[in-house]
Amino acid sequence: MNRLAYRKAVNKVMLTLTGVCTVLTVSILFIIFGYLVVNGAASIDWNFLTKLPKPTGELGGGMANAIVGSAMMVGLAAIIGLPIGFLGGIYLAEFSGKTFGFLLRYMADLLNGVPSIVIGIFAWTVIVVPMHTFSATAGGFALSLMLIPITMRSTEQFLLNVPRTLREGALALGAPKWKVIATVAVPAAMRGILTGMILGIARIAGESAPLLFTALNNEFWPSGINQPTAALPVMIYKHAMAPFDDYHRQAWAAGLVLLTMVLVTNVTARWIASRGIAVQKG
Amino acid sequence: MSAPAITAGGTGRTKGFLSSLRGGDAIAHGVAFLFASTVLVVTLVLVWELWTHSELSRHKFGFNFLFTQDWDPGNGQFGALPFVYGTILTSVVALAISVPLGVGAAIFLAELAPRRVSDWLTFLVELLAAVPSVIYGLIAVFTLIPLMRDYIEPLIKHTLGELPAIGRFFSGPATGGGYLTAGVILAIMTFPFIISISREALLEVPRDQREAALALGATKWESTIQVVVPYARLGIFGSIFLALARALGETMAVTMVIGNDTTLHPSLLASGYTIASVIANEFAEASDNLHLSSLIEVGLVLFVITIIINALARVLVIATSGKGTARTS
Repeated sequence: MNRLAYRKAVNKVMLTLTGVCTVLTVSILFIIFGYLVVNGAASIDWNFLTKLPKPTGELGGGMANAIVGSAMMVGLAAIIGLPIGFLGGIYLAEFSGKTFGFLLRYMADLLNGVPSIVIGIFAWTVIVVPMHTFSATAGGFALSLMLIPITMRSTEQFLLNVPRTLREGALALGAPKWKVIATVAVPAAMRGILTGMILGIARIAGESAPLLFTALNNEFWPSGINQPTAALPVMIYKHAMAPFDDYHRQAWAAGLVLLTMVLVTNVTARWIASRGIAVQKG
Repeated sequence: MSAPAITAGGTGRTKGFLSSLRGGDAIAHGVAFLFASTVLVVTLVLVWELWTHSELSRHKFGFNFLFTQDWDPGNGQFGALPFVYGTILTSVVALAISVPLGVGAAIFLAELAPRRVSDWLTFLVELLAAVPSVIYGLIAVFTLIPLMRDYIEPLIKHTLGELPAIGRFFSGPATGGGYLTAGVILAIMTFPFIISISREALLEVPRDQREAALALGATKWESTIQVVVPYARLGIFGSIFLALARALGETMAVTMVIGNDTTLHPSLLASGYTIASVIANEFAEASDNLHLSSLIEVGLVLFVITIIINALARVLVIATSGKGTARTS
């Protein structure tokens, strides 16, 4: 009987501990968000969004150039990465055979797992070295390499979720495969595919490691894509590490902007995904 | 799939027409294939570029590069041991914290929590994986570093640091930054992976396994730890490997808290560098070719390690759940 009481006690204690683990892990998200709101909310103002950074030591200024720079590089990455990822995803879902499909799928996952700093080195060797300058082009290229595998795999997943009967209906009407894909499968999966793309963009928008020595940084407005360019995540890093309170204040503000963007896109994507695949009627 | 069925039985003119349509399929197939193979091409070119650009350092230092500890750009001496040590140490600390915490939470979410609650909590945990690295760094610089410096590190120093044999791993000034702090922040960044994938693996365990254990008189905990967890072990190991790969390659948050010191200190409380953070810090300022080449070589080392661990993780995850790389249809 004593033994049974012991076992029951162990049961209670261990199960409670797993609950404690859950509370600890889930609460971290709220701690992070709370900290950023407390420290950053007051510093997001018109100056932050429209002014250039002030030289060290002077108060005020903003991160407008970094916001524009981030938009430029993420835009460039989207122009390169989204079409490649999208068409690659179509191949994986619709055309690939067993062996080669597996190989490409595996490669996409491996590329997705390559540390972002190594992607940065790669972009440096193929863009920065030949061009002899740090540039938004190199930064955008590095980010696009991270976007391709993400888009490819999410496009594939959503295409595979399209019901088989839908495809077969179109095939039975005599439509060739490419037409079935273009007019039936892709439109049916479009909402999911776009969600995946938005999540991918949210992910690369927060990356700083691949930009450190491809886009470098800049204190001024960008005037073209072939010169060093500031980005919001890199700016957070530089400002957080600088020994000035006013810089820290702005780093918090920029962090809050970045985190809000990431959370909003993720929650929206979750909401869209939970509504299932939209089969267009008509 | 059903494409052959369309062309079968075509005659004369229609056959020509149909074959041209099949030609359209061939073009679509070819174009899609071309784009899909970019991942293969990019990975191969990446390896090639890292290999050729690290040639200078590989020729000069050979395999000793990984086992010597002088990193002195001024005198052209480069040994990567301090960074390899830092990378392994921070990852070990991270896993030591995140594995029990993550697996514990996964057990709660899979076995105890009602499904709806569990799904929501898992979503919140997965959001943590989407938080940019630099934000973890920002929070850590202003909250975790003071906390470690004022409370946790002095405590460790005066307890574990006094022990005879292992004391040297827990001694030195409590500065707040360093391997231990980097390990803690990495633990926070990696447990979302462990929780989310381990939970999937636990949910895949058939119901009769649990019921059989309970019928034999096992308590809920005994059935979980002796039956359910061993059944899902491959998936759990896979999640741990994925977390490890992420921890090894993580850059920004680590760079912001690790203290940036190129000398090798064994102590957990000391400042140091990981492979990723030394690249992040020195690459843009490196002026001579040997320095750059050495940094690219440590990058190559990091790349090879993470590829191997990722590959292992995917195989394990595929083996259990049909997720990961496996095709889910």
